[in-house]
Amino acid sequence: MNWILIGIVLTTFIVLGSSRIVPRIKAVAVQGALLSVMQFIMRGARFDLHGSFLLIITLVIKTIIIPVLIFRTIKGLSTNVDKEPIIGNHLLSLTAGLIAVFSFSSIKVFPIISEPGISPFLVPSALTTVLTGFLILVTKAKATNQVLGFLVLENGIFTFGMTIISEFPMMVEIGVLLDLVVGVFIMGIMIYHINKTFDNIDTRTLSVLGDVE
Amino acid sequence: MILTIFVPLFLGIITLFLRDNKRIGARRTLLITGALLHNAGTISILFFNKWLSWAPYLQVDGLGFIFLILISIIFTVTSFYSLGYFTLKRKYAEKESGGHIYVSCMLFFLSAMTLAVSTTHIGVLWIAIESTTLASAPLIYYHQSRRSLEAAWKYLLICSVGIAIALLGLFFVAASARGTGAELSLSSLIGHARELDVRLLRIGFILVLIGFGTKMGLAPFHNWLPDAHSEAPSPISALLSATLLNCALLGIIRFYQICLAAGLGAFANRLMMVFGLISLFISAVFITNQKDYKRLLAYSSIEHMGIITLGIGISANFASLLHVVSHSLTKALLFLTAGNILLLYRTKSISDVGGLLKTSPQTGILFIIGGFAIIGSPPFLPFISEFLILRDGINGGHILAMSLYLLFLGIIFVSMSMAILKMVQGKRRETIAGDLPKIVIVPQVVLAVAIVIMGLYLPQYVSDIIRSATRLLTTL
Repeated sequence: MNWILIGIVLTTFIVLGSSRIVPRIKAVAVQGALLSVMQFIMRGARFDLHGSFLLIITLVIKTIIIPVLIFRTIKGLSTNVDKEPIIGNHLLSLTAGLIAVFSFSSIKVFPIISEPGISPFLVPSALTTVLTGFLILVTKAKATNQVLGFLVLENGIFTFGMTIISEFPMMVEIGVLLDLVVGVFIMGIMIYHINKTFDNIDTRTLSVLGDVE
Repeated sequence: MILTIFVPLFLGIITLFLRDNKRIGARRTLLITGALLHNAGTISILFFNKWLSWAPYLQVDGLGFIFLILISIIFTVTSFYSLGYFTLKRKYAEKESGGHIYVSCMLFFLSAMTLAVSTTHIGVLWIAIESTTLASAPLIYYHQSRRSLEAAWKYLLICSVGIAIALLGLFFVAASARGTGAELSLSSLIGHARELDVRLLRIGFILVLIGFGTKMGLAPFHNWLPDAHSEAPSPISALLSATLLNCALLGIIRFYQICLAAGLGAFANRLMMVFGLISLFISAVFITNQKDYKRLLAYSSIEHMGIITLGIGISANFASLLHVVSHSLTKALLFLTAGNILLLYRTKSISDVGGLLKTSPQTGILFIIGGFAIIGSPPFLPFISEFLILRDGINGGHILAMSLYLLFLGIIFVSMSMAILKMVQGKRRETIAGDLPKIVIVPQVVLAVAIVIMGLYLPQYVSDIIRSATRLLTTL
């Protein structure tokens, strides 16, 4: 169990720290795979119809469909390396480290995990992932990176959801996944249009609207 | 039930394939068919609710029914209006594209919203509210301009993140039910309310309030709302403001019900009061001296969502639900009329619009009725509901909150009526559109008549429906 959690936190840091888009997408894909395996284990690791069906669906969606959608999106883009980041990478990694320290030191604040079979590191890892996802969302200006940040955030939330996974009906879970896929699909279309209209995907150019003239 | 959710979905998928521009008539027929079938479905739920539900996934309770009726009415009105609106736009304005996307997204949007209001399972509720975001983002991007692109991207990202936070809140609520045997349906959670872990439920409610509050336009998470409402085509602004915000509100109310049952009523009330007042404050600030009339209306939506949240926070449940109805009807009227103004003057700036009463008398009168209704002057329906909130608040002893409420309403009253009067008075202007056809006038007249009549005399069955919903919100 713990090695999966370590993997999730590490992939989060790769998404944050890497300066190229391709390794980031791959990291998100790996994270998705780890999550699906973890979900399978938490549900009792039974190879019955229900369990394997859910495992296959989450694996396919999180590790194949969503990354492929993002790869298709970045295909037509001019450049894939971050230029002029808002905050330098060193500072970002340092902040992420602080977030991790904060999350893991707040284990005692969260009274959830007293059940057997759930690692005590689950909630801190989820919290680290969620907060780092936020960090990616607000500090990276490129539209694709914001989508990746959003995905990391969602993955963090799903990690948290592992604590109550047994109470969730399968239909609801598949609905949540479908929403995610359609969301990434629409975001991809939107990025394509942003690139076509503005010739880049830096969201800092999207600042016309507002109340102050 | 099937009519209301799956028919729009199915028709939407059909419309996706009707890409050809010649198929425009077929698309329009499908849109209207969807709307009318939805009406039929809603009416059948009124009579045969017991046999039509599949609890807890698809089940319309008293609370959901109010929202369902509103969605049905406003969607029908809006789809008739958009027939006329887009014909006129094609005639006088830029080339249009993406009609099939428009119609199918509107139908998808309808079915997502219907699902959101006709479920009592909080997981399904979350899925439905997230899908409303996805279905409406392409609608906001309809104009395909730089500005609408920015608005749509902001909307999509901010709301998705907001709703993701609501999912986290949902997980917390679910975690609080661990070991009690409660399922994630409303009735089961409320039944086991006393056994829920209060600490987790509290965190969960805060997260849900932030998450769905983002979608509902509660300040300070309202940033996307003025942009999206001002850049979307007018019928879409009307739908967003009058129905979509309500769905998010219903999401919050569902979790509020759980909190009430678990004995966290005071805590939830306090939170909702604070957020309501902040929204009122922010909207009062931005409405003053606003230069763009669609943004003005958007901020007014934030104001009214604030009023409703405040109203529920001070336990003025009947008045708040009545205000949901009055806000939806009035705001739909206003945004549709704003669409007419945009057609006539081709500008969104308040100072460039003048002489509306003389240029197009019907539009001018409708705009005055809507405008004065929304700022809360008698004899319209919003006045009644705002007044009832005030009465309940003072009876409940919330003197400070109510004085702030009155202060902000006063500021908004003055600045909005100034803007409205500036727009309707003055000399006649020459416009390219000339006289507007009936199809862009009649839908608003229906809404205007409704708010006037209900302001003078609230029919018995309307208040019965609201009262039966109010019973769900009383502390046990």
